[in-house]
Amino acid sequence: MYGKKVKLRFIFLVLILVSVILTVFLVLQTLKENVVYFQSPSEIKSLIELDKKKIRIGGMVKEKSVFINSNEINFIITDYKNDINVTYSGAVPNLFAEGKGIVAEGFLKDKNYFSATKILAKHDENYMPPEVKEAIGDK
Amino acid sequence: MLASQIGYYSLILGLLLSVLLCSVSIKDLNSSSRQINQNVLFLSFLQLVFVIVSFSSLILSFINSDFSNETVFNNSHTTKPLFYKISGTWGNHEGSLLLWLLVLTLFIFIFLIKSRTQPKKYRILTLLFQQIIIIGFFSFILMTSNPFNYLFPIPLEGLGLNPILQDPALAIHPPILYLGYVGTSIIFSASLAAVTQDYISKEWGQHIKKWVLVSWIFLSIGIMLGSIWAYYELGWGGFWFWDPVENISLMPWLTLTALLHCIIVLERRVMLTSWVVILSITTFTLSMCGTFLVRSGILNSVHTFANDPARGIFILIFLFILIVLSLGIFFLFHKENNKNSNNYFWLSKETSILINNWFMMYFLSVVLIGTVYPIFLDVISSEKISVGPPFYQKLMAPFLIIFLIFMSLGPRLKWIKSKIENKNSIIITFIISVMLAFFIIRYLTTDLLFHTVLVSAAFFLFFTTLKELLTSKFNNISQTVAHFGFSLLILSILFNSILSSEIITNIKVGEKYSYSKGEIFFKRIEEKKESNFNSIIAYFEIKNKNRKIIELKPEIRIYNQPVIITSEADIKTTLLQDKFLVMSLVKGNEYFNIRYQVKPFMIWIWISVLLLSLGGLMSLFKRSYEK
Repeated sequence: MYGKKVKLRFIFLVLILVSVILTVFLVLQTLKENVVYFQSPSEIKSLIELDKKKIRIGGMVKEKSVFINSNEINFIITDYKNDINVTYSGAVPNLFAEGKGIVAEGFLKDKNYFSATKILAKHDENYMPPEVKEAIGDK
Repeated sequence: MLASQIGYYSLILGLLLSVLLCSVSIKDLNSSSRQINQNVLFLSFLQLVFVIVSFSSLILSFINSDFSNETVFNNSHTTKPLFYKISGTWGNHEGSLLLWLLVLTLFIFIFLIKSRTQPKKYRILTLLFQQIIIIGFFSFILMTSNPFNYLFPIPLEGLGLNPILQDPALAIHPPILYLGYVGTSIIFSASLAAVTQDYISKEWGQHIKKWVLVSWIFLSIGIMLGSIWAYYELGWGGFWFWDPVENISLMPWLTLTALLHCIIVLERRVMLTSWVVILSITTFTLSMCGTFLVRSGILNSVHTFANDPARGIFILIFLFILIVLSLGIFFLFHKENNKNSNNYFWLSKETSILINNWFMMYFLSVVLIGTVYPIFLDVISSEKISVGPPFYQKLMAPFLIIFLIFMSLGPRLKWIKSKIENKNSIIITFIISVMLAFFIIRYLTTDLLFHTVLVSAAFFLFFTTLKELLTSKFNNISQTVAHFGFSLLILSILFNSILSSEIITNIKVGEKYSYSKGEIFFKRIEEKKESNFNSIIAYFEIKNKNRKIIELKPEIRIYNQPVIITSEADIKTTLLQDKFLVMSLVKGNEYFNIRYQVKPFMIWIWISVLLLSLGGLMSLFKRSYEK
């Protein structure tokens, strides 16, 4: 009925369509698994259920809260409303200091304890990540 | 002061010249002479001169530390070494835009000179399209980011350049990258001009291929320089972080690579004409998007200089106009050339290049989605997310395997109709690759199957191209060198990521830290004063299993203006591996936080990118296209 050319074109189109749909599905699925959400200490306090996934927490490093030994660093992230204790054993960026803005990535142990796997480097002394700014309410 | 005024008025004159140039060339479009009116060439040259004057006067203000200029005040300091005073010119928003403009005008002038054999109307139209972009940039600079703003009273001292930008690799990274970005603007204008003139042909393909190659080479090297800088300066010890800003430079590179392959089909077989035009438009749009996203402050990184919404909106509108204009022209004028488009067999070079393009488009979509999705989500639901490296690795790696295998086989195919020759040697090479990969990987990692498959594919491409390189009679040496470079790149990256090891610990002066493979001894620290920073140099001794000792001296620098602490890693590079040590200071504590990394084959990553670019360079200087 149809010519060979039309048939070929049809098969071709179907193939492209199927592969595009598959790709989009694959990409979205992977995206869902690998997205890291950002939360402030207050938001964590108001959580009903603890998230098992990796998250980011942002706020200020509380004054006089940093303790270091040879294995790990302990400190408190605060948004001036709520605090969260952080333990971390990895490389710290240079601008990590008490009273400075910080973003930590890792897992929640409970609503008060956070085990960080990464502390994000910031490049500029005066710079504050927008997330942190929002989290501490434009102080 | 005087320099600023000269710079500012040159910019205005340059903009006026653009308008004049447009009207003269439109008139010339209808004249009967076969060559372009000399006035057009002269005006284009004059415009270039004005922009050069403007740019030089900015450099001069930087050299003289003329703080009556706001840009200099914001980004320079008297104690800064001369080299960084100069590189500071383009290390900021205003100056870097002026550099964009400089390259824009330079390239269109070179284009006019180099295209004398091309049809006149096509040349003038290219000039006109390019002038639209140039006018856009002139107005952008003059309206929202004037580099010559005047300050009174004149401050005594400037605010200084961010110290992590004070680095030789980063001093030349932006200019090289811009040469690549802006080169795509010529491809964009030329392909639009060619569409309106129905001139997408063999000759056009040969002519535009040079521009594609030039942009591609600069873009590749520019990306590499940024990556080298991130490796040793940011102190994370990696070379690619899937950071949005890095992704943004990778996206035009992917489309440009696709275009580079497509152009070959065009110049040989006059096929895929619409696809070439679409790729040209996409590549330039992505380059512009890169500028937009980096400059607008949407992305947070070291590249984000200013958070001025007016700038973002301006670029967004400008970008929108360009896209609408180019798509409009494409749909109005483009006629598909159907003369011989169906005249090829499924097993042919044409198909293999198409496959290359599909893969490029797939990689592009992955990077695009990973980069844009967080911005998109923030805008529609103000939810803050980030997309991590696993996303990219998971989506890219499996497809990379198939891509590598196609890449080994594709270049052997002939045009129109081909069959696979030397089946035996291909099979033997493949088996050797798989076995080699299996025996190496077996001792190294736990994820045996996946890594073996991935490394086998990389080895397969490596051996195929190596064999080609050794036996070919120089008939397509540029392609072979580039593909060989690519296989080396993938191999180095794979082994680098599989074999890298790192130790992170907090340590005091005089302490020893033992780990399974050796011992790190923190001997002493030393303080030193330089003109614009104080530094703490630490001496470490690292003993490995064979009692061999190496000494590494990482450094912490405390810059005076602006007050910023940076870590300078100490790296011992050998052909086989890099030993990388970086330390950082935790304020008010006697502990130093150190990170020691062994990174195998690091130098080969840079070498292979250079090889890749060398392939491009050889193709550029190849006299004529051999059969």
